[in-house]
Amino acid sequence: MSNEELKLSLTAHYPEMVFEEGSEYINIVVGPSNFRNCIEQLRNEAAWKFDHLFCLTCVDWKTNFTMVYHLLSCTFKHQLVVKVKLTDVNNPEIETICDLWKGANFHEREVYDMFGVKFTNHPDLRRILLDEDWSGYPLRKNYVDVNMIEI
Amino acid sequence: MSLLGENFMTEEGEFVINMGPQHPSTHGVLHLKVWLDGETIKKVQPHLGYIHRSIEKMSERLSYRNFIYATSRMDYLSAHINNQACALAVEKGLQVEVPARAQAIRVLLAELTRLQSHQLWWGCTGLDLGAVTPFFYAFREREAIMEIFEETCGARLTQNFCVPGGVMYDVNPNFQKRVKDVMQQIKSKYREYEEILTGNVIFENRTKGVGYLSKEDAISFGVTGPTARASGISCDIRKWFPYDGYEKLDFEEVVMEGGDCYTRYMARIEEMKQSVHIIEQMIDNLPEGDIQGKTKNVIKLPKGEFYQKVETARGELGVYIVSDGAASPYRIKYRSPNFSNLSALETMSVGTKIGDLVAIMATIDLVIPDIDR
Repeated sequence: MSNEELKLSLTAHYPEMVFEEGSEYINIVVGPSNFRNCIEQLRNEAAWKFDHLFCLTCVDWKTNFTMVYHLLSCTFKHQLVVKVKLTDVNNPEIETICDLWKGANFHEREVYDMFGVKFTNHPDLRRILLDEDWSGYPLRKNYVDVNMIEI
Repeated sequence: MSLLGENFMTEEGEFVINMGPQHPSTHGVLHLKVWLDGETIKKVQPHLGYIHRSIEKMSERLSYRNFIYATSRMDYLSAHINNQACALAVEKGLQVEVPARAQAIRVLLAELTRLQSHQLWWGCTGLDLGAVTPFFYAFREREAIMEIFEETCGARLTQNFCVPGGVMYDVNPNFQKRVKDVMQQIKSKYREYEEILTGNVIFENRTKGVGYLSKEDAISFGVTGPTARASGISCDIRKWFPYDGYEKLDFEEVVMEGGDCYTRYMARIEEMKQSVHIIEQMIDNLPEGDIQGKTKNVIKLPKGEFYQKVETARGELGVYIVSDGAASPYRIKYRSPNFSNLSALETMSVGTKIGDLVAIMATIDLVIPDIDR
């Protein structure tokens, strides 16, 4: 499906879908509460079949944490970006998608490690790249490293 | 509670041993905690981050010209392709036209990079499985390619040859002749490769039917590159989402069914032949013209998001740039192929013997700095 066809088919299915501009892919914004249902449907629906999660990351916008999921369909080769805005910046929390995509496990652990986003129902939520006793979440914009020197 | 890095026995009688962080077969500092029942693997838990350098955080303070060079240190065997990915992502934001000559030089160097990377992998796979000779055979040809890199870019491993808009310098006048010589040399050695490792009974026994990865699992884990294509997934970025003129080239995507170590091995061997094929059709038709498109000294990307994926020697590398209009990226994410490929390691290795773990790791072709970033 081309981007336009995909957009039409998405609006046909979800009339209240919010789209975001500023990227070559179709970007949709979903609320944290219906995110799980939506992404599961995107994965399983025969017309879309977004079965390959090729990138999972987070962006710290200071007022919210935006989770970004890049999806690709191995059958149709169309792509989609799903965004979820987590507005509780002190305690960001979202449901895991580990059970849908096994590969999400490591990526979610990385986001937890770097941004401190908690993934509920994640089977093994530990830091992945940093030490267990590291304090703070380095990729947050307000992270202060005492050892950092301004050049 | 046991310390990380301690070997012990669980109450159920399972041995827990640590493979790495200094183990010859991991080719870097990867630490695997392995649960064993006798010699059979029950569980594998990778511990990462021994060489985490926070390249993503560093890049947030670097300019769009400078952040490219940090990526050479990720997957150091695909350094040029990593640079290419970053340059392409910035070009996508700038919407700058890359001259045909620059594209051709980039693709030529990318395929040479893929060749030398696969060659090193071929030698090391033999080494890991107890055959020392292939290592010397592989390095003989690889050295010839490294010399071409040295002559072209001044560096052997971290080329740093791509800039936003093109390549840094034109190639040496000697370049075409040398590349053709090396291609002749490599083609004449295929038979040697087949004789010494591919048809070797010990090698076949150690790899056939070992480390099976099903197609469904490979998709679910986000496995890419030759590892995924050996499980029957057609996922070559060069074919599906072509960049830098790959759409004009004639080459085949190597997709094989099987999913075991031997198929992964064969997939890479076939890929080497395809790379030689690509280089041969390009080397005589290098277009004339500029080597750099017009870019400003200080690059500022417009507000927005730019995602570029390329096919490195190990799979799909994604560069995700979030720009807020400033001179350095607001956020950069590298979707590294090895990180996702490693997550499938446990599925491949549970139920096999501990010795097979080495064969499995060898055929996934892990480069650890790319996992840790």
